[in-house]
Amino acid sequence: MLSEHAEEVLEALAVQMEEQGRRPLDLGVSRDDPAIEELIKLGFIRRDADHIHLLDKGKTEAHAALRRHRLAERLMVDVLDIKKQIINEASCKFEHLLHEGLEDNVCTILGHPKVCPHGKLIPPGRCCQEKAKKGQMKFVSALSELEVKDRGEIAYLHTKDSSQMQKLMSIGILPGMSASLLQKFPSYVLQLGQSQFAIDKELASCIYVRLVRA
Amino acid sequence: MPEQNPKKNESTGGCAIGYSDTLEVYIAKITELLTSKDYKISKRALALLLLQEDQEILKGVQEKDVQNFPLIEGIIQEAKRHYTQPLNYIISLRRQSEANQITSRIMSFGKSPLISMQERLSRIMMNPLTGGPILLFVLYYGLYKFVGTFGAGFLVDFLENKIFGNYINPWVTQWVNAVLPFKLLQDLLVGEYGVITLGVRYAFAIILPIVATFFFAFAIVEDTGYLPRLAMLVDQLFKRIGLSGRAVIPLVLGFGCDTMATMVTRTLPTKRERIIATLLLALAIPCSAQMGVILALLEGRPLGLVVWLGVIIFVFLLVGFLATKIMPGELPTFYMEIPPLRLPQFSNVLRKTYSRLKWYFKEIFPLFIFASLLIWLGQITRIFDFFVRILEHPISWLGLPSEAAVAFLFGFFRRDYGAAGLYDLKKIGLLSGNQLVVACVTLTLFLPCIAQLLMNVKERGIRMGIAMSVFILFFSFSIGYLVNLILNFLHISL
Repeated sequence: MLSEHAEEVLEALAVQMEEQGRRPLDLGVSRDDPAIEELIKLGFIRRDADHIHLLDKGKTEAHAALRRHRLAERLMVDVLDIKKQIINEASCKFEHLLHEGLEDNVCTILGHPKVCPHGKLIPPGRCCQEKAKKGQMKFVSALSELEVKDRGEIAYLHTKDSSQMQKLMSIGILPGMSASLLQKFPSYVLQLGQSQFAIDKELASCIYVRLVRA
Repeated sequence: MPEQNPKKNESTGGCAIGYSDTLEVYIAKITELLTSKDYKISKRALALLLLQEDQEILKGVQEKDVQNFPLIEGIIQEAKRHYTQPLNYIISLRRQSEANQITSRIMSFGKSPLISMQERLSRIMMNPLTGGPILLFVLYYGLYKFVGTFGAGFLVDFLENKIFGNYINPWVTQWVNAVLPFKLLQDLLVGEYGVITLGVRYAFAIILPIVATFFFAFAIVEDTGYLPRLAMLVDQLFKRIGLSGRAVIPLVLGFGCDTMATMVTRTLPTKRERIIATLLLALAIPCSAQMGVILALLEGRPLGLVVWLGVIIFVFLLVGFLATKIMPGELPTFYMEIPPLRLPQFSNVLRKTYSRLKWYFKEIFPLFIFASLLIWLGQITRIFDFFVRILEHPISWLGLPSEAAVAFLFGFFRRDYGAAGLYDLKKIGLLSGNQLVVACVTLTLFLPCIAQLLMNVKERGIRMGIAMSVFILFFSFSIGYLVNLILNFLHISL
């Protein structure tokens, strides 16, 4: 298993890749870090004078590290309700515990979120593609994955399409509102405060709900 | 993470909502750059709208603060880069939390464990199993019984035959003939296709009662809150044909009058949806006048009626499906508030019917006058005879007698005449069951009337309007031809 520090280096490389394409990372202060040696030995990275490069073999590992970090953030915000100021710090410690299937469980509990609380993409894992098993414990879920009569509070909205976001906001679907699902076929009907709305599956999958158990 | 320290904005009197420090900085920067004196709302509000990239406000500011506008734009872009979520989302969130705080201080909701009668009925309407029969019930009593039998049957008969036939037409004809000595002008005003005897009569004696009863029924259905429930039922089906459930409103309206419904397609959010809806209205939604004719023609032939209905539904779905595949553009999304069910207020229904009728006549009445002008021109220049001779060919391909050509051409201008033509043919036994069905299918798909053609051009532009009409012309005849071919091939006689 990788050391915590090595994971962080990989994560930094993944962020770098996400933001600027595949470019080497400046070594900076971590020049003599044993984690670098560890990663080189595993064949994940390559080092030249001032930079480290992510190799193909390390790419999957880097994505997984990034995924764990952002899932940890999501868990802090959506379930543990930790103040946003300290989520980065807390999740940096937490993410290293999310290994070997645990991350997929957390991902499921969170309703397979697509973005972290800062709006950055969470790399999808195996569990996101698998069909949801019934009765699996969930705390947060996309509205489209809920069962009729499920109740909860809208946790956040996520869509790549800004016009969809606009539509949801225009009818007053916003985080913090309590919602329950009345019907899911042929369209989704939700009770939102004192009003009812019908939306299609596409819009329903943009709405993430923190479930309240009866 | 930004958005941590929302605080009251002191400078604006304390009642304004404060945003996070970061956002407040951007708001302040923009406010300073708004120097024009012509703004009608506060600069803070303007700055917030600018940050949310409200198109109208952006345009206004661009005109009024020409010099500072590039700077303002720069600040907006900078602010956007600061957040991963859209600014209007962030601003809405803050407002929402403020609103929640206010309401939580003054409002509380009791829990009512029982589901009310209204709610129960609402669920029944939205359940796909029970929603279908309810739709049939609404269509049968609202459309068929009230609009068809009462409006198109009883009222039209009364107004057209009694009022216009016995009083207005003879009187006006006499008067015009006495005042105007020219035969040509007499024909224009009171001839067989005169502006008054055809245009005005058609508008008031035939269209008015049908449309008025339809609008009345529509207003009742609308005020109960049934339409959004219908929309959510059909949304998935409509997505297949490139529309969202929302389009159910203009399409249902089309059963009253396609011309009016084409106007109402304005309520659809995207251009693509408007085009598809306009095409389907022109092609496959028979208006109330058209339906009256077809029901009368197919009377006593239930099998023929079934075939007609089947073909029309098939064409509706097929053309919608193909149009979706062919036409580029964003996919429709469906979202609609489901208001609580209510008993409609009679005065409200009347007011709605009245204002729609007024609007309708303002937009459509001139088209009828224009149509009778065209008919008059067509008659005196003998262009119509020419058209009839051209039409005889496709008519014969459909396996119909050439006499039907006249009915088709005039049916386009004046439906009752087209129908009467076919009636006569039916009466003398010139039309077999198959021929009747083929004629009805073609007549339904064919552009319903000249008013709608003009409305298509007006709403969708001249190029799109003409292209649609040409397509419909060919398509309707092709389908008629195919139906005839298939019926013959399978040795079916209806």
